[in-house]
Amino acid sequence: MAGAAVLGRLTWRAADVVGVATETPRVKTIAFDVDGWPGHLPGQHVDVRLTAEDGYQAQRSYSIASAPDGARIELTVERLDDGEVSPYLTDELRPGDEIELRGPVGGYFVWEPSRGGPLLLVAGGSGVVPLMAMVRRRAALGSDVDTRLLFSSRAWDDVIYRDELEGLNGDGLRVHHALTRSQPPGWSGYARRVDAEMLAEVGPAPSERPQIYVCGPTPFVEAVAEALVELGHEPLRIKTERFGPTGG
Amino acid sequence: MPPIISRGFKGRRRDDAPPDRVPPGQYVTNDFPVLSAGPTPHTPLDQWDFAIVGEVDELHRWTWEELRALPSESVTVDIHCVTKWSKLDTAWEGVSIDTLLDGIETSAEYAVAFCDGGYTTNLPLEDLTGGKAWVSFGYGGEPLEPEHGGPARLLVPHLYFWKSAKWVRGLRLTTADEPGFWEQNGYHLYGDPWREQRYWGD
Ligand SMILES: Cc1cc2nc3c(=O)[nH]c(=O)nc-3n(C[C@H](O)[C@H](O)[C@H](O)COP(=O)(O)OP(=O)(O)OC[C@H]3O[C@@H](n4cnc5c(N)ncnc54)[C@H](O)[C@@H]3O)c2cc1C
Repeated sequence: MAGAAVLGRLTWRAADVVGVATETPRVKTIAFDVDGWPGHLPGQHVDVRLTAEDGYQAQRSYSIASAPDGARIELTVERLDDGEVSPYLTDELRPGDEIELRGPVGGYFVWEPSRGGPLLLVAGGSGVVPLMAMVRRRAALGSDVDTRLLFSSRAWDDVIYRDELEGLNGDGLRVHHALTRSQPPGWSGYARRVDAEMLAEVGPAPSERPQIYVCGPTPFVEAVAEALVELGHEPLRIKTERFGPTGG
Repeated sequence: MPPIISRGFKGRRRDDAPPDRVPPGQYVTNDFPVLSAGPTPHTPLDQWDFAIVGEVDELHRWTWEELRALPSESVTVDIHCVTKWSKLDTAWEGVSIDTLLDGIETSAEYAVAFCDGGYTTNLPLEDLTGGKAWVSFGYGGEPLEPEHGGPARLLVPHLYFWKSAKWVRGLRLTTADEPGFWEQNGYHLYGDPWREQRYWGD
């Protein structure tokens, strides 16, 4: 693909923590200034590397949440209680800390407003992160590409970027929430897991040939991609990214 | 640049993970995570075949039943995914690529594995031969699940696991190394986990 030559080697870079924000009780957004950051496309991720005093290292991948913005990138991390890396990122990092990361990685699960639409984004939990980079980029460029975001969370308090998404709703972007475990009083949105009927209602129809991006835990992505194929969407238009593990 | 120490980071060592079996930057998991770029394809077995095409004397093709009638092998290997997990002692059943290539004349030095769903991955032919690679249809004593590449996937455990193409339908033998799907999208052309060849330029 074009870009091979310019991308070059992905070296580890020092990233300074410049801000930590609470998104939900389990999710934080950490902003970094990255030395020599080459820029990124919405949907790409970085690898983060932590090193202990004795040299032990652990690496994990995290999607970039922010739209391209100079040397600044934001990661949004969900805390897994028994996790090795995510609790460190959400609980320990403070402005002034420095960690290592490299990227951007991935040339497939990406979207730019110049690629047009219509666009269907389907997110489960923290799977919203790379899709948010697309939504933010779209807003930053004043694009009016027809975009539907169907976002599944457990409860209203677990909805990542909730207020920002409320604010962005409109101008060709429609945000639909599905709350699978509990709903606030008077809830008029979806109150079940994403299924084929919901995807058909949210649209766009297969005949409009939307570009589709699905991201979340593996079982979520499997179920959604399967339902989309069942509805008649072309498999090659459905791009998936799986964050989580799975049994079996 | 020497690594930056992460204040207060201890990490969770796995004393049970023998270091000579876990490549750099990897951690051991008991799960079996999934990495795919699109929906899981479901090809009925009566429409399934495996073909060897490209730089060959003639097309070679096996139906599902023909493939299953070939001698198969049980192998227990460690696998290493580029997304950082490694899984030790995974048990597979499959037909060795040596068995499929037996008697085929070719001047090719590379192969592109092609798959349902349109995915491809490239490998040097010598990484597919010599008892190093299989077309695998059994995992843990059960038929391979679609999510993990069933009915059949390539198994090339000495390279990062994206080279073990899921839903594989054949090999195209080539004289030049042609980047496959992930390889065109930022991932390394060869993918040796012990040299940590994850991305372009590694
Ligand atoms: C391309 C890519 C992009 C990613 N982007 C993000 C992102 O933007 N934000 C984010 O929070 N995470 C993201 N992840 C997941 C992230 O890389 C880690 O897997 C996650 O943070 C867990 O790491 P850990 O060290 O805390 O847990 P580990 O120590 O690896 O695992 C602890 C336990 O949690 C389980 N587990 C691991 N991952 C998950 C999961 N995602 N959901 C539920 N259980 C899990 C494990 O099976 C294990 O039992 C991404 C993964 C990939 C491959």
